[in-house]
Amino acid sequence: MSIVNVPGVSPQLTTDNDMRWRFRQARDLLAKVLAVAATAFGLFWLAWILWTTLSNGLPALKWSLFTQMTPPPGSDGGLLNAFAGSALMSGLAILLGAPIGILAGTFLSEYARHSRLGEVVRFVNDILLSAPSIIIGLFIYELIVRPMGHFSAMAGGVALSFIVLPVVVRTTDEMLQLVPGNMREAALALGIPQWKVVRQILYRAARSGITTGVLLALARISGETAPLLFTALNNQYWTAQLNQPMANVPVVIFQYAMSPYDFWHALAWAGAFVVTMFVLLLSILARGAFFKGVSS
Amino acid sequence: MYHPTVERYRAPAVAVTTDSRERNDQRNDRLFRLAVLGCALFVLVALLGAASSMLWGAREAFSTFGWHFVVSTDWDAVQRKFGALVPIYGTLATAAIAMMIAVPVSFGIAVFLTEIAPVWARGPVSTAVELLAGIPSIIYGMWGLFVFVPFMAAHVDPWLDTHAGALPLVGPLFRGPPIGLGMLTAGIVLGIMVIPFIASVMREVFTTVPIQLKESAYAVGNTTWEVVWDVVLPYTRSAVVGGVFLGLGRALGETMAVTFVLGNAHLLTASLLQPGNSIAATIANEFTEADSSVYLSSLIALGFLLFVVTFVVLAIARLMLRRLARQGGVAA
Repeated sequence: MSIVNVPGVSPQLTTDNDMRWRFRQARDLLAKVLAVAATAFGLFWLAWILWTTLSNGLPALKWSLFTQMTPPPGSDGGLLNAFAGSALMSGLAILLGAPIGILAGTFLSEYARHSRLGEVVRFVNDILLSAPSIIIGLFIYELIVRPMGHFSAMAGGVALSFIVLPVVVRTTDEMLQLVPGNMREAALALGIPQWKVVRQILYRAARSGITTGVLLALARISGETAPLLFTALNNQYWTAQLNQPMANVPVVIFQYAMSPYDFWHALAWAGAFVVTMFVLLLSILARGAFFKGVSS
Repeated sequence: MYHPTVERYRAPAVAVTTDSRERNDQRNDRLFRLAVLGCALFVLVALLGAASSMLWGAREAFSTFGWHFVVSTDWDAVQRKFGALVPIYGTLATAAIAMMIAVPVSFGIAVFLTEIAPVWARGPVSTAVELLAGIPSIIYGMWGLFVFVPFMAAHVDPWLDTHAGALPLVGPLFRGPPIGLGMLTAGIVLGIMVIPFIASVMREVFTTVPIQLKESAYAVGNTTWEVVWDVVLPYTRSAVVGGVFLGLGRALGETMAVTFVLGNAHLLTASLLQPGNSIAATIANEFTEADSSVYLSSLIALGFLLFVVTFVVLAIARLMLRRLARQGGVAA
């Protein structure tokens, strides 16, 4: 530091300051190196996990995966009934969870933006959003499975809908709040009743954002396993009956991965690969929908 | 700012034709308001319902074992004696290991993304980190079981056993058979899982620090590290703690990733290399095998305990995050 190196200042002070400066620079460099290392550490696991899924899943990917049923122990087969079951239950979950979620989000944004009730609902919704999914499974077990006396696809769909709900509530609330207030005022000034303003103007303006929320919710439930273990369980055979246990990809992956058979391991990897790709694709799609909506 | 709750002025109806239309609109407005209110209340009912239904399901376990349930290490399906201490210990131990890994790494990632990385790299890197958050937990579990457990068994466990196992005080933590399954492996997998959650919250709250504060600090000659430690962190402290608690809530309740790599053994040992059990893993493993009503009820009681703990942790997280939002920032 040349600033302190002036006549009259003791040389002792100069070296002290010099040392101090060097120490601060070294500490800064160390912090930067560690931050870069931390980021590399995070990305390293992502790469490793994706690579494992890819290298084990791709060889196991066969056409029969989508045409054959889940096999009995020790023999080869496909995952057709599991894919169908997952699609059916996810569809049911979205059908139940998304409308309720959108309406509740509308309440938060349009009717209770600054109210106490709105605060409470937002708080509870945020907790539901990150609550362990296994708890939702136990809840639906007590609510539906135990009174019915057996596991069922319907219970699985309802359990998943409770995971969809908070995601959709949160995004709908946020996206409606982004719609400029002038739009509401302009519409109300024309004498349009509020429910029409919401339905025909706000929903239209926030459509891409709300769609993003639904897609994110779908991505979230595609790989959910824990809530399905106690509700839909599994079924080795094809069924389209909602009051029967139904096969689904995550539970099949879980059971097959834990089994001692190589055929089953291969099927589990193939299922894991398909689920991972589906989820990643959905997240990218959701982002695309959102950015398109924001820029237009 | 526009306040939607303010009553709209309604012009008095003059003509008969507009009168009926006005009435229709008013009725529909009321109905719509009721519908959205009902759906919002449904969110509250969902949480209350989850809590009370689990308490109801757990009543047999709580009435049979009383407070003993929480402190007992029994887990005997034949004698029908159940206690929650082993799973509780496993849950806390794995979550603690996970946080020890995830908090510093997430902080590093957030600092990198907000202060160090060149602007062109910030978007792609944060997208990649968020993809890590999107991978289903069962994939982490499979990767853990088939790839990471053998890796730990072959390289990490033997090394820890011979080197760290001989240390005084902490030695017993690292002594054990090199089987790969166990608390340490589960904690590491959990840590990897919660990194993206904590990192994205931290990154988001770091960007809410007013640019003037940071630039003033840089202008008087502070280094990047000093700006982060003395300006950014104090400004965002409550939200950073909130993000950490959010990650903790996740780590406590995570099921599938842990179930695969924990080993499902009802053992209470100091060693982190021994297989163990956690609340979520016990429920997932044994729920469909429960052959007596008190067994089932004990599993649901475990779920209720998990619910209470995560509720408290998540409530703290949300309150902390809100504090920054009130200060004027836009917290997650």
